[in-house]
Amino acid sequence: MLVLGQDEKAKYPFLADAGEYLKDKGFSLTQFGSDPVLKLSVEKALHRIKVAAAGEVYKSDLIDGQASKDYVLEREVFSFLLAIVLIKLTGMSTLVKRFALAEARRAENYLEKDLGNASNKSKIDLATRIIYDLFNIEIVKENDFFVIPVSDYLKHSVTFHEREWKLINRHVENGKVFLTPDKTVRLIRKELGNYISSKIINAPKPSMIPGLEKIVDELISISKKLTPTYTITTGEYPPCIKHAIDVLEKGENLPHSGRFMLATFLLSRGQTVQQIAPLFKNAPDYNPRVTLYQLNHLAGTSGSATTYACPSCEKLKTQDLCFITKECDNIINPSQFGKKRK
Amino acid sequence: MNEIDIKFLEDSFKKYYFNHLELIPTPQRTSEREFGYQKFNSSFFNRHISLKNDKELHLLFMQNTPSDVYCSNAYYAFPNSPMNEKDWKEADLIFDIDAKDLNLPCRTNHTVSICNECNEVTKNSNQCLKCNSSKLEKKSLPCKICMDASKVEVQKLIEVLNNDLGIEKENIQIYFSGNEGFHVYVFNSQFQKLGSKERSELVDYIMFRGAIPETFGMKKFKPNRSSFPDFNQKGWSGRFSKQVFGSKSKRSKIISELLDNGYSSFQKTLDGVSEQIGVKIDPNVTMDIHRIFRLPGSINSKSGLTKLLCTDITKFDPYNDACFLNDEPVEVLATCPIEFKLKNKKFGPFLNEKITIPTYAAAYLICKKLATIA
Repeated sequence: MLVLGQDEKAKYPFLADAGEYLKDKGFSLTQFGSDPVLKLSVEKALHRIKVAAAGEVYKSDLIDGQASKDYVLEREVFSFLLAIVLIKLTGMSTLVKRFALAEARRAENYLEKDLGNASNKSKIDLATRIIYDLFNIEIVKENDFFVIPVSDYLKHSVTFHEREWKLINRHVENGKVFLTPDKTVRLIRKELGNYISSKIINAPKPSMIPGLEKIVDELISISKKLTPTYTITTGEYPPCIKHAIDVLEKGENLPHSGRFMLATFLLSRGQTVQQIAPLFKNAPDYNPRVTLYQLNHLAGTSGSATTYACPSCEKLKTQDLCFITKECDNIINPSQFGKKRK
Repeated sequence: MNEIDIKFLEDSFKKYYFNHLELIPTPQRTSEREFGYQKFNSSFFNRHISLKNDKELHLLFMQNTPSDVYCSNAYYAFPNSPMNEKDWKEADLIFDIDAKDLNLPCRTNHTVSICNECNEVTKNSNQCLKCNSSKLEKKSLPCKICMDASKVEVQKLIEVLNNDLGIEKENIQIYFSGNEGFHVYVFNSQFQKLGSKERSELVDYIMFRGAIPETFGMKKFKPNRSSFPDFNQKGWSGRFSKQVFGSKSKRSKIISELLDNGYSSFQKTLDGVSEQIGVKIDPNVTMDIHRIFRLPGSINSKSGLTKLLCTDITKFDPYNDACFLNDEPVEVLATCPIEFKLKNKKFGPFLNEKITIPTYAAAYLICKKLATIA
């Protein structure tokens, strides 16, 4: 386990053990509901959650990542730990997600600064240790870059949709990917967020602390306002699906991957196996028995009972099945086509 | 396929398996693999089979006289359970390079169409000349150009695997697929445990797909000369330079042209370059982590040729080196409008004629549905 200095605890408060930290400092949770001095930390915690709920990153009182005074440092850590307590008291999962993401981005800023700090080896070492301890990714500094194994890079980057994260857009050499400090840290943002949210989720739910009821109510009403959205669907098919239907109508051969896409898409739109099967009758190798068997398999009505989902746009691109138009509007799966969030 | 043809192929294949067991190495960690096989004239796929050792594998050949035998690249805790209960552990990385995916101009010259309705064989066409049906089965008899072009792709792939992905030569094996291409296996690499999505990314890298202009020096705003790649750079930057600039003396002039043409034109350049320098692998094969692949050393029933390990790909001649069926003469009725070469002997064209040819050539034609035993 990492041994953290005072400053590091303020920068990466999620690494501190909440219970132990409070005990070390000689406080109990109930004191935060009543003690006017400690209440400052509660206000800070509230502010920290509100900023996160608004989708922004909390700016701490640390100057260049250094706490100028001990009480500033303490308040930084307290406010983080108390924020978790408050969120637990609200029981609102929206707040957990937003707070974890915002705190991850805050930590990301510090990690990036520490990694990019060429003159201070100990800071680089700490940042690489945190990344190794938390996410099991071994990062090695090589000149101005940080190199990580291609397989580790792929495990984390596949969830990104921006093209710059595709492996082809990185310098790759001898099984390693070369990254700048900011990209290195960006790569683990999601995991950092997951790590922090799992810390919150796994923390025991405290009983209500007298004096904090109003704050908790305020947070609940903020959280409720954040809950979105409804969708409208145009019902139109995306270009990849139209293309696949065209190919079949012309009696040309649609590759297996294309048939898989078409069938899973139509199933996801609520069509039945019997409605879909006739689409394939013009295929050069059409066999009604095989078609029905395969469709039932995809629908999960036979075989393993797994329902297969329509492949992502990214996968379809790789399979040469994507015929993107501007109507696709940055969707990541054909099944999202024509659905709008309001 | 009629009973007599099936009997002929089964007998020929069985003889091969009996005499050439040494060509069928039992895959490493046999008991963790899924095996499967098919029989002639049966669409049923016997899958989810687990075998303990080489004896059980050889027994499978002898007892079942399979047309094709397959083995997973994946390792499972329970290979004989249904797919979702197998407990996937990891999988070797496999690449498939097939001449049919290379869009070579020679292909139309050696592709025949067999009508599904009336069995008429014609040179490559989209409609049966006899009954006008459009339900045609295409069969290709690949030529030397096809195989040479496939070998070039294999060599391009090996370069990327070695230099970019850090895979050592001793962990790479190249196999002739037994029909029109090559399977490249990578063992013991850092990629063993990667899932399908990650492998798909690796595929895009190897095929040079999804590149953006910024990666190769063209910025959207205020582009400048200094960020373009150079010849001595490793990875795709160096290969891109060689392809686009041609020679060092032309580099500066071409960069000026690229800058003049602008960002979106550069994206088109990249897409064009992808066609030329990207490795033409079949993406679906590498992405699939549950697939079963033709077992090395087994016969491919599309051709009667053996899936064979190539120790020196440059010298490898599939139509000689992978042709192991015997040369006992057989009389067949053949319709094959295209000439082909096996074991350095030329055959055809045959226009609905009775001929006597060696077993290996007869099997080749029967497998391609271009002949039957007379």
